[in-house]
Amino acid sequence: MKKITSEKIRKVISSLCAQANFSLRRDLLAALKAARAKEPNKRNKRMIGAIIENAAVAKKDKLAICQDTGLPIVFLEVGQGVQITGDLNAAVNKGVEEGYRKAYLRNSVIRDPLLRGSPGYQPAVMHIDMVRGSRLKITLLPKGFGCENKSALKMFRPTAGVDEIKEFIIETVKNAGPDACPPYIVGVGIGGSADYASLLAKKALLRRIKISPKGLERELLHKINKLHIGTMGLGGRVTALGVHIETHPTHIAGLPVAVNISCHALRSATAVL
Amino acid sequence: MKKIERLKAGEEIKFSGILYTARDQAHKRLVEALKNGKKLPINLKEAFIYYCGPTKSRPGKAIGSCGPTTSARMDKFTPELLKHGLSAMIGKGARSQEVVKAIKRCRGVYFLTLAGCGALLSKYIRRISLAAYKDLGPEAIYRLEVKDFPLIVGVDSRGRSVYKKSKN
Repeated sequence: MKKITSEKIRKVISSLCAQANFSLRRDLLAALKAARAKEPNKRNKRMIGAIIENAAVAKKDKLAICQDTGLPIVFLEVGQGVQITGDLNAAVNKGVEEGYRKAYLRNSVIRDPLLRGSPGYQPAVMHIDMVRGSRLKITLLPKGFGCENKSALKMFRPTAGVDEIKEFIIETVKNAGPDACPPYIVGVGIGGSADYASLLAKKALLRRIKISPKGLERELLHKINKLHIGTMGLGGRVTALGVHIETHPTHIAGLPVAVNISCHALRSATAVL
Repeated sequence: MKKIERLKAGEEIKFSGILYTARDQAHKRLVEALKNGKKLPINLKEAFIYYCGPTKSRPGKAIGSCGPTTSARMDKFTPELLKHGLSAMIGKGARSQEVVKAIKRCRGVYFLTLAGCGALLSKYIRRISLAAYKDLGPEAIYRLEVKDFPLIVGVDSRGRSVYKKSKN
């Protein structure tokens, strides 16, 4: 058994908070640069340019890429050969609190969804997978809520065609319109149960963005870009930078489809122990 | 303000002056205070409200990251604030038909600014001070002194929107 202390996990999570919020993912930066090259219109180019410049300022000055430093979502892949000592739950939340405080990030978490009250930094939303091996993989996704609010779930009939599903995904992006900081990254989860499809849609955002996607992802990206919502909603050829679809076996009676949209400030950071 | 009436949807300007941040909970409180006939903690007359909840300021810096939040969430409060003298709003995304009508009626304006560029926008802010509702943390009302803050006219005083135009 490989022992990992919860103390170690706390420290790693704390540093991931700064990393995710200050340094834009390399795949995203590459996708933004490709998008800027693709836009013929000067203003659209300039708007994408501002996003790229923003990432540079954030990195240099250790400032949050976006003031909405998100609801911290923590994914843990725990190898079966790993033994975690101490209180894992507390370590994750302490790590988030410490990381957010140290990096001057925003306290956007309220304790009670109905009573609201003064905001704090945690608890994080946590997803734990047990996997083979002796490693612990920790990923932090600070999810902004402008785009999280545009999420959608639909329970299709099992006889539904792929066209209906495509239409639902495109319609969800259309409904987000200019509100949630386009160009978007669109996470899609198909199959499983209602909750699992939603989780898949969110996990899909962690995948590396490909400049030249294939198959259904390519087709959907093309169709979404035809909506001409554009960067900052000001029109143009680029409404999304990527469409990521994850699928899972499901029940004979159903076909759940979840869409989780990310703004252009898709932030995540990973560490493997 | 005559200048505001001359602005056209899609036009880009740079603004220097005072902005008040206010988002969901501050809007709720302002409108409740108006309903109950109470005095507001800020003067709405000719005010500019910025839908923004900044991150904490590092020591020695005026402000942290400070981009716009989604304006649509403020839609149900906006007509009341315009009626009481609010001149301009700054945010991101589309507004409801009711808000567009109120902007037209009150000769106000809705601006967009660089969405998702909070680090970059911090460069245009000279000073920040707390104006009201401290308990709301990042959602409190802050007074911002800004210089050359970049704005795009989203809905002009005649109710024309930049978004309709851009759907080509």
